[in-house]
Amino acid sequence: MIQPLRAAPAVTLVLMALPVAAGLAATLVPAAAPGALAGLLAWPGLPRAVTLSLTTGLASTALALALTLLILAALRGTPAFRLLVRLLSPLLSVPHAAAALGLAFLIAPSGWIARALSPWATGWSQPPDLMILNDPAGIALILGLTAKELPFLLLMALSALPQTDAANRITLAQTLGYGRTAAFALTVLPALYRQLRLPVYAVLAYGMTSVEMGLILGPDLPPPLAVQVADWMTEASLTRQGTAAAGAALQLLLVLAALALWRGLEAATRAALVRAATAGLRLPALDAPARALALTLAALLAGALLAGLAGLALWSFAGLWSFPDALPETLSLSTWTRAAASLAQATGQTLFLALSSAALALALTIACLEAEHRFRLRPAAPALWLLWLPLIVPQITFLPGLHRLALTLGLPPFPATFAAHLVFVLPYAFLSLAPAWRAFDPRFIPLAASLGATPTRALWALRLPILLRPLLTAFAVAFAVSVGQYLATLLLSGGRIATLTTEAVALSSGGNRRLIGAYALLQMALPALAFALALALPALLFRNRKGMAA
Amino acid sequence: MTAGLTLDHIQIDRAGRPLVRVDAHVAPGEVLTVMGPSGSGKSTLLAAIIGSLDPAFTCRGRIWLDGRDVTALPTRERRIGILFQDALLFPHLSVAGNLAFALPRGVSDRAGRIAAALAQAGLDGIGPRDPATLSGGERARVALLRTLLAEPKALLLDEPFSRLDADRRAQIRAFTFDIARANHLPVVLVSHDPDDANVSGMRTISPI
Repeated sequence: MIQPLRAAPAVTLVLMALPVAAGLAATLVPAAAPGALAGLLAWPGLPRAVTLSLTTGLASTALALALTLLILAALRGTPAFRLLVRLLSPLLSVPHAAAALGLAFLIAPSGWIARALSPWATGWSQPPDLMILNDPAGIALILGLTAKELPFLLLMALSALPQTDAANRITLAQTLGYGRTAAFALTVLPALYRQLRLPVYAVLAYGMTSVEMGLILGPDLPPPLAVQVADWMTEASLTRQGTAAAGAALQLLLVLAALALWRGLEAATRAALVRAATAGLRLPALDAPARALALTLAALLAGALLAGLAGLALWSFAGLWSFPDALPETLSLSTWTRAAASLAQATGQTLFLALSSAALALALTIACLEAEHRFRLRPAAPALWLLWLPLIVPQITFLPGLHRLALTLGLPPFPATFAAHLVFVLPYAFLSLAPAWRAFDPRFIPLAASLGATPTRALWALRLPILLRPLLTAFAVAFAVSVGQYLATLLLSGGRIATLTTEAVALSSGGNRRLIGAYALLQMALPALAFALALALPALLFRNRKGMAA
Repeated sequence: MTAGLTLDHIQIDRAGRPLVRVDAHVAPGEVLTVMGPSGSGKSTLLAAIIGSLDPAFTCRGRIWLDGRDVTALPTRERRIGILFQDALLFPHLSVAGNLAFALPRGVSDRAGRIAAALAQAGLDGIGPRDPATLSGGERARVALLRTLLAEPKALLLDEPFSRLDADRRAQIRAFTFDIARANHLPVVLVSHDPDDANVSGMRTISPI
């Protein structure tokens, strides 16, 4: 009983790090084959694809981070901020693909914005022939990535903020005559950013290499590098494998270069902040414009996400809906009834993968945290880096190799896909549960022991029920992460498992908005349901226990 | 056999520097008060006695309870009860559930035992209540009952009265000491409130 628990942290880290390392090696080895590099260099789209990976990744990360900090600096404590915080979990639980599809429906030439302005303002009676979506500069992609990563960074920042003593520092700086914004930037930001660094790196790596967001919102000819590499990787012919591997290697180098550049920017920003602080730069005049800017941008991005999602839902129930009507003429269930069988099948596959991977991830997380408590282990900094490894190493640089290894081992599609989901689900389950677990009153457990309870009884009768809400929330987070997996499902199942996400992305290049809407709606409904249950179940079970209200 | 709790040349070090040094015997029904300012290692001493000392500390010496050496036993087998500053009632259980958690497994008529214990403490009928709805004094008494239902052979008190308001403090203090005396429990009280020592009227030592 004791020994397996003690091994839990090591086993969990191996389950996460080994697939990444082995997959990375297996992906990159074919890049050394003769002609691989030449094949990549012969592709005329290469310079543009490389540029797009860098610009969309760096721009979206910088924008999302800047807006996160601006919101924290200018809006904290206001009603708008409280509203935003309440919207965080629902927005965060929306899979990337659904968010991208919603945004696409909103900004496309025939989308909601164009309809709302037509024909009275634009004079359009037909959708205009404009490259708003999939624009060659990748602006739609940058917008989508920024909107989707903002809630993630904001949540990470909010959970790190209490450790920075922010409220006191800002008040103190304000009594010295500093404006709110300057007070935040000069006294809180340096401490906050230390905690935010790994999430920011994950956002940067994801932004540079997201395949599903790139497919839906990004430019086509050429697409960002990761989209093209995924295309080569999934090509039936083997002739492109060397080119694909060389592309993956280049993508890895690009991400490493971007991370190095980002570290340089961090140092420069830090030096600038120190200079500003020693110069006594108080900037009180900055507060009003900062607040206005934060409010406008936050409202715009959150509004765009929410309107896009509403648009998806509406399209799935739309009957006749011609341009430029803002609303459909009729509503109908025919999309749903016609596609019922395939929708149900994709929902079943999605649920099966998400429930099983989230359950195992939560069990492993609990085992790790209980082992940490019982054996008084101190998590080392390298363990934290390993935890973030699957979120920072670009998916396209290790999932193809992982698939090849799974084939070599003779692993059927489901276990292979399950293992890949686990790699991404585990870090999120751990990051979600660990703070609540570690904040559990440390006196409860020795108290229970002094009453005669065994460690096992203290775990099952006290800690787990008292932590029911954070446990269910961690489960919902893990569940949502699994539901949103695109590349892991597509590659590891060899295209043989159709989840809501893979189907929605596959449909996105076609024009059937009603069907896309139906898949995307289910894709966001499942995580939303999980989060609703995580809220409702503890509230119901402990409705007569005021001490359990969070 | 020596009845009571013996702290036999206990010395607790932190990073090689002695933090606590105690050598004392507490007879059944007696109260030993350990007085000292906060940070003087009083709570660390109690953690050592129940066996939940953080590994950052090292503890030398032996702890004897009713003639039995409990130094190497895990917390749950020492049969030493503890009350903290806060009542620490388990928030997800009812009052009765909290008491049932402490009642040993083999006890029959659990509900009857719990109701009787509540009645004895003047808390009739609060068994089904949510602990979060109790007053501070009620919470303190339920915490004491919970500790006693586990049938401890000694009782440790970690400033358990400091969070109560002044008039309730005297009342709960008297209630606690009366019950401990009636049950012939050796009691170790750590406190920085001189009143605790005066009222207990017993030996007072400093942690070092």
